[in-house]
Amino acid sequence: MKNKKNIERKTDFIQGNIACAEGAIAAGCNFFAGYPITPASEIAHYMSRKMFEVEGTFIQTEDELAAIANIVGASWGGNKSMTATSGPGISLMLENIGLAVVTETPCVIVNVQRGGPSTGSPSVAFQGDMLQPKFGSHGEYQIIALAPSSPQEMFDFTVEAFNKAEKYRIPVFILADSLIGHMRERVDFPLDDEIILEERKKLKNYQGIHQKIFLDENVAPMPIFGEGLKANITGSTHKEDGFRNVSDPKIMDTAIKRLSNKILKHKEDIIAVEEKYLEDAEVAIFSYGLVYRAVLETVNIARNQGLKVGSFRPITIWPFPQEQVEELSKKVKTIIVCENNLGQIYPFVKAAANGNAKIIFLPPKILGALYKQEEILNKIKEVIS
Amino acid sequence: MVQINKDACKGCGICIAMCPVKILVFSDELNSRGVHFPKITQEEKCTKCENCMIYCPDFAVVVKKDEK
Amino acid sequence: MKNTVGHPLKKYFRGEINYTTCSGCGNGIISQSILRAIDEIAIIFDQIAFVSGIGCSGWIPSPSFNTDVLHVTHGRSIAFATGLKLAAPQMKVIVCAGDGDTGAIGGNHFIHAARRNIDLTVVCVNNGIFGMTGGQVAPTTPYNSVTTTTPYGSIERPFDLSNLAIAAGATFVARWTTYHARSLKNSIKKAIEHKGFSFIEVISQCPVQYGKVIGMRNDPVSMLMHYKECAVNINKAKNMSADELKDKIIVGELVEKKNIPELTDEIKRLRREASRK
Repeated sequence: MKNKKNIERKTDFIQGNIACAEGAIAAGCNFFAGYPITPASEIAHYMSRKMFEVEGTFIQTEDELAAIANIVGASWGGNKSMTATSGPGISLMLENIGLAVVTETPCVIVNVQRGGPSTGSPSVAFQGDMLQPKFGSHGEYQIIALAPSSPQEMFDFTVEAFNKAEKYRIPVFILADSLIGHMRERVDFPLDDEIILEERKKLKNYQGIHQKIFLDENVAPMPIFGEGLKANITGSTHKEDGFRNVSDPKIMDTAIKRLSNKILKHKEDIIAVEEKYLEDAEVAIFSYGLVYRAVLETVNIARNQGLKVGSFRPITIWPFPQEQVEELSKKVKTIIVCENNLGQIYPFVKAAANGNAKIIFLPPKILGALYKQEEILNKIKEVIS
Repeated sequence: MVQINKDACKGCGICIAMCPVKILVFSDELNSRGVHFPKITQEEKCTKCENCMIYCPDFAVVVKKDEK
Repeated sequence: MKNTVGHPLKKYFRGEINYTTCSGCGNGIISQSILRAIDEIAIIFDQIAFVSGIGCSGWIPSPSFNTDVLHVTHGRSIAFATGLKLAAPQMKVIVCAGDGDTGAIGGNHFIHAARRNIDLTVVCVNNGIFGMTGGQVAPTTPYNSVTTTTPYGSIERPFDLSNLAIAAGATFVARWTTYHARSLKNSIKKAIEHKGFSFIEVISQCPVQYGKVIGMRNDPVSMLMHYKECAVNINKAKNMSADELKDKIIVGELVEKKNIPELTDEIKRLRREASRK
């Protein structure tokens, strides 16, 4: 489903948040629900105009709990839906994010991260919510989360987020931060036919009360409401037909494992990483999102100085690129993990490396302030010498 | 005709209380749930008001109007 | 439990009719009232979606009703229903909620849906207590009631959910008790056909948990008779003093407003305006 035709190649100098909204529209988003919050509000501002132009719906909800509930409801109504918020909003949404996961509801959730905990520092860039999508809601589940590092990627990754959400019937996160969201940069918009969209696998005909609409590791077809498909949807532990069973541990076991395997068995398709100068590298720098910009710059400089250093960047944070990091750890002697937090993804890198390489955590000297180049460069030199 | 699905009955007694002509009483028998279900006495007095059906929380009573 | 007697409402069920509610629970009476209303309107069941939350009321439509049913988290049913209705405005969306869903955890969604006048029908099963979780005090429990979390008597004054809905802008509001099953069915019919936010509060017996509070433990019949005695129709209540209305339940169709802009219509208007630009 396309909202409008882009037949001319277009370039613009826009904010990350606007690029994100444009990406959503290019991906066919026709439902946006959200509650005002810095530093994500620009997405809502833009959508409040654009959604109606594409025959879609915008609603400013009473709170973030309603925002996530609205987009899940709209998704069952057949819309491609999205919300955008920051950490405090995600904290409020977490219960219903779990519901979206367990009801296998495609939707996109954008977190333009700010300083936390609590009200924190609304306009300071921070990567403090990296674990929240994966571990924030209770229970055991898998999720997909992408970390853009530029306005261009805010556009591209949002398209990708919708595609993965539709393909795997799962909420997909965009983990940006206030600097990426507010940064203005050149964005090249693809032509319409350059955007490949995944179509939702829908149930076509009603197949009886025990029709299989959940818990298929290759994604079950979704019964959209209003089409006579008699969808039986619950947040309780259920079987493939949607009927709940909350007393039999075997049913719960099957439900949790299949829900997880739906993602884990397709890691190859889902996970994207970006590797630079790793062929002969002794040291790799692991970074993502905003920090990746500083790291890539530094790695370029280090290479010019003859230092054998490369960059490893997960585009997909969740599911975590365990195998790719393990592979990396066998190639290099040291992995320096740079994150704008106190080491949220670092333990996952260390676990994946499993002793193959030395793993060093290097936070910025001041959280929320960008790395100074010498902070990273000095560490590279220290490790190599 | 008043029909009672005795095994769906949970023995709450609402149908008995709501019957305007008081022709429903608890049976001495127990159903598979272990409760006394209602039985009809003097069905000819039934006014087919459907109270017993409408107020049954377990859809266990059906009043058929067209049958004699 | 196989129902050997062909119930006229069986056609609306996903398989056998099998409510696992306690003996004498008001849920089944309300379920029948909803289904009889739908039966009388003769609307195609597939065109109705049900959304419910957590608590005993959530099990009225889920999984029993054989149409699209979305059973969600506690208190959020109205918010999910809002998203669904906006995405599929051709559907009739009915929310089955409890007094906890509506007055406690989901109070915000409730008043805002009323304010927006979105075309939803909310049937609120108000049993005055948290039944499923073990008889804790609810925002609707009368003052000085002894519950499992108010052993010294409750010290908070209860919400009047219908008045709350009216104050928030609901355009159709009715309150009945399960004793008034026929009137309830008639109001649900009106509510479904009403364009805008409709709220039906049903005072319903929980003989197990609330029965204890008022000395009618496991005695649904006495509870129904109690409702009969306490109920005062709104037309009569208008001429009664506050003293006379103490401990009474005002029943009837409390508000019916027409021609107030409805949210999905407003959104269609915005789309038209946006496309002209």
